[in-house]
Amino acid sequence: MGIFIDVHKKLGNFTLNIRFASEAKRIGILGASGCGKSMTLKSIAGIISPDAGTIRIGEQIVFDSGKKINVKPQNRRAGYLFQNYALFPNMTVEQNIAAGLSGSREEKRKRVREMVGKFQLDGLERRLPGELSGGQQQRTALARIMAYKPEIILLDEPFSALDIYLKDNLQREMENMLKDYEGTVILVSHDRDEVYRFCEETVILDHGNVLVSDKTKELFQNPRLKEAAKLTGCKNFFKAKRVDAHTVELTEWGLFLHVRKDVPENCEWIGYRAHDFIPVWGERKKNSIPVCVENTAQLPFEVQYYLTVSGEKKTNDPETVRWFVQREKIAQLKEKGMPDHLQLSEECMMFLA
Amino acid sequence: MEAVVEILKELDWSPLWISLKTGTAATVISFFLGIFAAGKVMHTTPGKKAVLDGILTLPMVIPPTAAGFFLLLLFSRRRPLGILLYEQFDIKVVQTWLGCIIAATVIAFPLMYRNARAAFEQIDVNLIYAARTLGMSETKIFWKVVLPSAGPGVASGTILTFARALGEYGATSMLAGNIPGKTGTISQKIAMVIQDGDYLTAGIWVAIVILIAFIVIFLMNLISGKHMKQVKRW
Repeated sequence: MGIFIDVHKKLGNFTLNIRFASEAKRIGILGASGCGKSMTLKSIAGIISPDAGTIRIGEQIVFDSGKKINVKPQNRRAGYLFQNYALFPNMTVEQNIAAGLSGSREEKRKRVREMVGKFQLDGLERRLPGELSGGQQQRTALARIMAYKPEIILLDEPFSALDIYLKDNLQREMENMLKDYEGTVILVSHDRDEVYRFCEETVILDHGNVLVSDKTKELFQNPRLKEAAKLTGCKNFFKAKRVDAHTVELTEWGLFLHVRKDVPENCEWIGYRAHDFIPVWGERKKNSIPVCVENTAQLPFEVQYYLTVSGEKKTNDPETVRWFVQREKIAQLKEKGMPDHLQLSEECMMFLA
Repeated sequence: MEAVVEILKELDWSPLWISLKTGTAATVISFFLGIFAAGKVMHTTPGKKAVLDGILTLPMVIPPTAAGFFLLLLFSRRRPLGILLYEQFDIKVVQTWLGCIIAATVIAFPLMYRNARAAFEQIDVNLIYAARTLGMSETKIFWKVVLPSAGPGVASGTILTFARALGEYGATSMLAGNIPGKTGTISQKIAMVIQDGDYLTAGIWVAIVILIAFIVIFLMNLISGKHMKQVKRW
């Protein structure tokens, strides 16, 4: 079980230097487009060959540039789910599922039947991919992969091209279908929700490098780096200077934050999620920043406020704070008006380098 | 009208059979060679690709008589290859039906090659990747995934190849000559009777050629049309 990746590849101006190991069954790779996520996944599958490095899937070394090992994709037992599913357009559902199978005709037929049943494709066996809905295509693609009994399943942005409604359905479907799969699943995505939902461990990539990797929940709570925090969806970053172990100065406004936990030495930014501010009316409370509203965006279930800070030093950037308020709290704001300060709770602060 | 019937009664049909046989043979050869070359060229390095592509396309671009000139240089029985073929294998190319086939194949081949390559290059690369990760061998991938996906392009390449081979004149007349009943194709027959001022016979042959063309196009559209239903297109 598990996977070990250490790959290096140069492609024009882009250099991929990925190294991580994980024993988790569900691994997420999170990163902006063009960060090398897909390339990493393709290296694991053997679709592209790294210039140097090692890749181990389970117990099998599939790539080792030093020992000149480069197992063909045909022999890696890595199931790859493409964003467009890559179903063979000229083959029926049945034929697609049977495409990679070996063995006698009878064995193949049995395996296909089994998969058709498991992935609820009954009645669709003779259809061509063009005649299937998005969900049916996803099920067919997964059935085709599973029929082949893969050691590892690689999901390459499977939901990125879908509208929100379909996305939610297919995500739940995928979760169900992968529930009893014993092998490793790697999900590559630029969508933090997807990764958070699926993966026990997460690796965050940026410009071809691993920024951080950890248990997903812990990583989202403490991303450690500003770039990583951005990818986990953090919207507010305040330039910070560590004063002592329990004090940080927000240098842009000359405000001080006092915390009980230890501030790491390398702290340069305070990250704060837009949903976590506590509104304060009247007198300033501890760890709060004075704000006034610059802009608002009304969304169906929340209101997004873009605020400026009326600090001691004047800032050049007019929209520095983002505060997102969910529907149930909007009534309170209607009643009491806009708060004079926004308070940062210590638990929600991220100390970032 | 009576004149037409009179001519038809006494018409020597050999040019028709020679043209059809030559066209079919050249198409079959070009079909396999073209697909093979397309597959190979597609996967070479860009530099090699440019050179190979140039050489393989050349016969289509230069005048057929120029191609015929090169073929004569190669196969003439006063040249090394011609001598070798004749002395070792007793094969004559110049002034024979084999010459017809070679000339038609060389001229028509680029159409097959280029169409096949264009069709292959448009295939979603993820299909190939998916096939590989599913454990399909490269040969199986070619026959089961690549060729069916490239079907319409390959089919239209085949039509054009057959049409071009059927109508070949320039290179054929130089390499194979116009020996009635042996290498005399329809195109050469038309040219010959026109020189004699026999416009009626020429017209009849032209009508036959047009008829063949329609049948071929109709058949091929039927085949590729069936295929098209399976693939969603814009």
